Amino acid sequence: MTSSQLIADLVLMTPELILAIGAMAALLIGVYWKSELGGARMAMRIAFGLLIAGGAGAIWLAQGQGGTAFFAAFIADPFSLYAKTAVFLAAAVALLLASRYLETENLARFEYPVLILLAALGMAIMVSANDMITLYLGLELQSLSLYILAAFNRDSLRSSEAGLKYFLLGALSSGLLLYGASLIYGFAGTTGFEGIAIAAAQDGTNVGLLFGLVFVISGLAFKISAAPFHMWTPDVYEGAPTPVAAFFATAPKLAAMALLARVLTEPFGPMIDDWRQVIIVLAILSMAIGSFGALMQTNIKRLMGYSSIGNVGYALVGLSSGTQLGVWAVLLYFTLYIIGVAGAFAVILSMRRSEGMVERIEDLAGLSQSRQGLALAMTALMFSIGGMPFLVGFFGKFFVFYAAVEAGLTWLVVLAVLFSTVSIAYYLRVVKVIWFDEPAGGEFLPAPAGVAFVSRAAGLATVALLPFMVIIIGLVVSAGGSIGG
Amino acid sequence: MIEIGLGHYLTLAAILFTIGVFGIFVNRKNVIILLMCVELMLLAVNINLVAFSAHLGDLAGQVFALFILTVAAAEAAVGLAILVVFFRNRGDIAVEGANMMKG
Repeated sequence: MTSSQLIADLVLMTPELILAIGAMAALLIGVYWKSELGGARMAMRIAFGLLIAGGAGAIWLAQGQGGTAFFAAFIADPFSLYAKTAVFLAAAVALLLASRYLETENLARFEYPVLILLAALGMAIMVSANDMITLYLGLELQSLSLYILAAFNRDSLRSSEAGLKYFLLGALSSGLLLYGASLIYGFAGTTGFEGIAIAAAQDGTNVGLLFGLVFVISGLAFKISAAPFHMWTPDVYEGAPTPVAAFFATAPKLAAMALLARVLTEPFGPMIDDWRQVIIVLAILSMAIGSFGALMQTNIKRLMGYSSIGNVGYALVGLSSGTQLGVWAVLLYFTLYIIGVAGAFAVILSMRRSEGMVERIEDLAGLSQSRQGLALAMTALMFSIGGMPFLVGFFGKFFVFYAAVEAGLTWLVVLAVLFSTVSIAYYLRVVKVIWFDEPAGGEFLPAPAGVAFVSRAAGLATVALLPFMVIIIGLVVSAGGSIGG
Repeated sequence: MIEIGLGHYLTLAAILFTIGVFGIFVNRKNVIILLMCVELMLLAVNINLVAFSAHLGDLAGQVFALFILTVAAAEAAVGLAILVVFFRNRGDIAVEGANMMKG
């Protein structure tokens, strides 16, 4: 490898390098800063800047040629760069939601932004993986950071229990994924995605490769919390500190979904008839559990957990088409979903009374009388996440369903629409509590500026983005067009 | 004398892997045992990779195995740290005890 080649390869990794070097710098600054609170604040600002810089780096790379680096272990194509930008922005929003919350809960430590940075770095490597080894390392960097974040409130039993559960099930899923990767390596003879695609394209079903693929899908299904690998989701959402749950619901979901889309359409594209059934089963189970599990919840964070399981199911419906249309529809779906969920969690973070945070759905009662702006935002966000027409969330659902219909899976879409109707019931319940129930308990305290900004901006975006849908769709089409087909 | 070939290694790895997975689901007493089961799964994968690597005459599998060893060490560190935090809050490490949240 000549030095000019090395530099060319490193340039393709600009966003990752910014984050990796920056995270280490933030760690050092946090350690050597005189006061703990000051160090935490400084690290928070640095991390926010780095995420924006990383996103800018990804956008800058997207103007160029792209290509593969390090003997095709790493790929920078429009698909990965789009996913990277979205992940970095979502992580930056998660930091915005976290900063004041951590200070009031006595959790302001500089490790928090550093861990978010490392998790975002892992996600960036995941979406750029073009080799089983890169895939595994990116996934583990992300997962290890997330385990610690889930247990970040280390004096709380609920938080440490959430961390422990997430860690054990996550380690199990990593094991499944690795076993699959080892079988794929053995039967394809290589860990590179191009080589695997050649092996998968050969005539006749390669049982070893199929076995490996099923294991890899199970491992990744855990990371996107698709049923039947969803058990951890409601517990972790409830137990982890709320800003951490907000982070879990946004960036890692998009990254893992993008990774799954790449694995299924690039190396295993030729085996679509084999994996389609697996994805369809995952989709149906996720939609069922997401819709019916959420109906009885009283805790709004658990509700969001079940809602995320259901939403992953709808995205998998689109992915099961295996077409380019399906890939970009999934990207669009998750982009719009992230906006809705970030806003919804900002509203949950605004639910603070003088005695502390509250997180039951009944605590929202009468919000329309006390805080009209917040009530309007939450209503719009709930409808958008539920995919009601004339809000942006509808377009996400529309295109994933359209992709499945195009691929001849009309029956699956009919089923998905039925589940979607059921799921509207619990979004409507939240809206009903906000607008029609008598207020109980005191008024909420004013939210910190960052949280208030995110809840208002996301609530507004569910309507205000409508005229710009053409631009957003253009972006995801050019991103999704680089893989699959 | 039987020749020990690829099939034997794969069978061994499959058995170890299954023991690891079953250990996670069957064991209800101690979280430390769960960590050991996770480790067993990862090592079974390593046997698989090294066996395939030797069989194919390709080095990538051994490189992969080395990466897995490194990550497994980091994973054990994170896992034990979370376990210590959990122990401090609860006072024991029984798996059945981890039931604060239900629904």
